Amino acid sequence: MNKVVSGADEAIRDIEDGHTLMLGGFGMCGLPEKTILALVKKGVKDLTCISNNAGVDDFGIGLLLHRRQVKKMISSYVGENAEFERQLLSGELEVELIPQGTLATRCMAAGYGMPAIFTPAGIGTEVAEGKEVRNFNGKDYLMEMAFDADFAIVKAWKGDRLGNLVYRSTARNFNPVMAMAGKVTIAEVEELVEPGELDPDNIHTPGIYVHRIFKGENYEKRIEQRTVRKRNQL
Amino acid sequence: MLDKEGIAKRIAKEIKDGYYVNLGIGIPTLVANYIPDEVDVILQSENGLLGMGLFPFEGEEDPDTINAGKQTITRLPGSAVFDSALSFGMIRAKKVNLTILGAMEVSENGDIANWKIPGKMVKGMGGAMDLVASAENIIVAMQHVNKAGESKLLPNCTLPLTGVNCVKKIVTELAVLDVLPQGGFRLVERAPGVTVEEIKKATAGKLIIDGEVPEMVI
Repeated sequence: MNKVVSGADEAIRDIEDGHTLMLGGFGMCGLPEKTILALVKKGVKDLTCISNNAGVDDFGIGLLLHRRQVKKMISSYVGENAEFERQLLSGELEVELIPQGTLATRCMAAGYGMPAIFTPAGIGTEVAEGKEVRNFNGKDYLMEMAFDADFAIVKAWKGDRLGNLVYRSTARNFNPVMAMAGKVTIAEVEELVEPGELDPDNIHTPGIYVHRIFKGENYEKRIEQRTVRKRNQL
Repeated sequence: MLDKEGIAKRIAKEIKDGYYVNLGIGIPTLVANYIPDEVDVILQSENGLLGMGLFPFEGEEDPDTINAGKQTITRLPGSAVFDSALSFGMIRAKKVNLTILGAMEVSENGDIANWKIPGKMVKGMGGAMDLVASAENIIVAMQHVNKAGESKLLPNCTLPLTGVNCVKKIVTELAVLDVLPQGGFRLVERAPGVTVEEIKKATAGKLIIDGEVPEMVI
């Protein structure tokens, strides 16, 4: 079995206008930056993007927003992205804001083969409008449906050609749950290794969930908020 | 009157030994700087980390290691990394003992609004809705009045809600207040140099004063 493709362009060969994509990453951390660049280059439009954030103006999904390739964003947080906030407030972009835990768990449900979840997040708020509420043990919960995405696009640290993936530090974030949730899952990795080189006890995403994998070159890995302390500080 | 650091210092006193704590963006992040050494706590960052450490030394920033505010951070010995679904799993399952977050408005029955001003500003709720819906111990860190000088402690929130009936305690530049289960802000402490009258003036919601209100010690 070999899931390796030559690069991002081949990985996205059948992503067309109007598709629904899940994109891993938290801010710019663990972002599938190479595949996003290929989507920008290909020019596919009317995309629905499920992603916690939308990058910044000139990086990540922000690039797709700038070129008006996105019809709808499903996210939990849009702060720090002026263009996103502008398109949202002006009504140019359809946006569904949902709680971060709901976003993650709706991905998880898809990967676990469950149609819906119940969560207390959003009860009593506008997030609950039009949704079924169920009471369990005296507390109200919202029913939230599993996501149904055509493609999941994730970034991992290491992967093998069977699609087994390992993430590094907090670049893990949404990537594992999204990898499990796509009908077709594309993984870009910093290091592509042979089967057997990854420790089976420490695989974060089993290869069964991954359909295409490629090695990205020269990761930019931007930092959104560079916070440091001086050597003489505690 | 307290500055932001003062608010953070006062909130740090609410953190007990053995707690797992989630700190929101803004003033809550500063609280980490004032937790006494003898108080053993583990900080949870909802992007997927238990055991968040200080900012890295200059030159040692790791783009793969950030907190929920997208700031570069370090991981302490004994830290654990996990995905976003698991992170909110532990929040929903009430494993996190204390949640500290900012707010635009809090109502006298403990409702909180902090993610949207219709037509003007939309940040998104991020993880706040999940946190306030499940956490049993929520402290809000905020300014007592907004930039227009209007009280942020109200009879009812006017902005879209983040959660209902959930805030237990508020620390502002003027005071520490408990939100009572039956409704109302009970004045617990005054900030140094602040009078009860000043707090009354800045509080639009029902303020409950039982006898002498001590000045806070920070």
